[in-house]
Amino acid sequence: MDELFEYAGFLAEGFLENLKLAAICAVASLILGTILAAMRVSPTPVLRGVGTVYVNVLRNTPLTLVLAFSILGLSDQLDLVFSEEPRTNAFWIVALGLSVYTAAFVCEAIRSGINTVPMGQAEAARALGLGFFQSLTLIILPQAFRVVVAPLGSVMIAMVKNTTVAVAGGFAADVAANMREVFDTTGASIPIFLGIVVAFMAVTLPIGFFTGWLARRLAVAR
Amino acid sequence: MSIRRVGAAIGAAGLLISGLAACGGDKTYASVVEKVKDGGTIIVGTKWDQPSLGLKKGNAPEGFDVDVAKAVLKEMNGGKDVDITWKESISANRETFLGNGTVDIIFATYSITEARKQKVTFAGPYVIAHQDVMVRKDDASISQPQQLVGKKICKASGSNSYKRITDPPPDGQLDLDATLVDATNYSECVSKLSGGNLDAVTTDDLILAGFAKQAGGNFKILGQPFTDEKYGIGLKKGDKATCEAVNAAVKKLWDNGTMKQLLTTWFGGIDGLKLSDAAPPAEGCA
Repeated sequence: MDELFEYAGFLAEGFLENLKLAAICAVASLILGTILAAMRVSPTPVLRGVGTVYVNVLRNTPLTLVLAFSILGLSDQLDLVFSEEPRTNAFWIVALGLSVYTAAFVCEAIRSGINTVPMGQAEAARALGLGFFQSLTLIILPQAFRVVVAPLGSVMIAMVKNTTVAVAGGFAADVAANMREVFDTTGASIPIFLGIVVAFMAVTLPIGFFTGWLARRLAVAR
Repeated sequence: MSIRRVGAAIGAAGLLISGLAACGGDKTYASVVEKVKDGGTIIVGTKWDQPSLGLKKGNAPEGFDVDVAKAVLKEMNGGKDVDITWKESISANRETFLGNGTVDIIFATYSITEARKQKVTFAGPYVIAHQDVMVRKDDASISQPQQLVGKKICKASGSNSYKRITDPPPDGQLDLDATLVDATNYSECVSKLSGGNLDAVTTDDLILAGFAKQAGGNFKILGQPFTDEKYGIGLKKGDKATCEAVNAAVKKLWDNGTMKQLLTTWFGGIDGLKLSDAAPPAEGCA
């Protein structure tokens, strides 16, 4: 137990990095995922094709591989550099990798929501003279989002936990990396494990409760 | 029919496993030294990912730590070879493995520290490593650790060696303003160093030397050590009898030149590395 208190500050510093990553990825992946979902239901075959390939590639690639490619391929080889400071650069590279990965799951959740909107809604929208973009943003997506609040919550919870593999993207200052560094001094410590578990639950449980509550409130009565 | 056949197969497998289990581990010993003298199979923990110290090749690791383990156990057994089972022991699980008996003894770049002494008993040290800095051979801009200000140094995940450069005492040492580049482990550090993505890798000189040798000599070690890392032999907390037997064996191996010879075998010819000639002062087994 002493070890947990002795290194609590250092571990908390790392956990803050996880939270920052999670916050950035939540925003980025929700936006990108929505765009992808729109692409996958669009009437343009090229957009549909691109969206389908994107989702199938990213969703079926292990996250550690996505992150390793982001840092070793994109950043080191292809010179995608966010910052001259290596750690700041790695942070944004991980944020990028995790966002594009999570976006594939967000896209699929939203697309499943779109499928629950009755066909008649889209037809009525078109009968009113709305174009594809208008009917999507004004009629379809608002109804689709209400259905997928809870599944999106699950995607977000998974994303928060996925921030702990940041070291694969060259960012070794998150809570998991700091934990390993502490273990170099203390040896594996169960109190430290449990402390980190509690910290994550303090973040992910409210996400679950909140999205569950929101989903009930927004449920579409049909 | 088929269900019965599967059931029979499972039953047979179960019998086989219980039979195997009955074969091993039926004797218990008060200390590891007793087990050695009784001809028991000793489980030795080493690193499996450190070239020239403990690196897995085929079924068993090889390197300086591995050879020292073999020599020490042989010495403890009065010059007869000992049956050894090798077990990978990463930094994080060494204390646990000794505590619950997963391994009997550990030779794994295991620095003797006050914090670790609370959990395990250390014999030795058998060699003293020093934290040092490794740079590219053609890099003339760094000739001493103090010149790392503003340079990119590697931070290997799970190692706190970088703190000796970037932090003030007591956790650190030099308190220099160097830029950290994160990597998953030291071999990634070394490949980044050769690729020019960072300027220096810093940790124990023996570990650096192992990687330098593996990577083919495009690196040099500054040869300006700034810490003492007393590599000890990890034993279960309180196993004083074994500790004393190990210390006697280590002393003998230094006296008859075996240690010096092993050091030269594994670390000879590395630019800038100074190997110790004499036995490090023993710490006692209190």
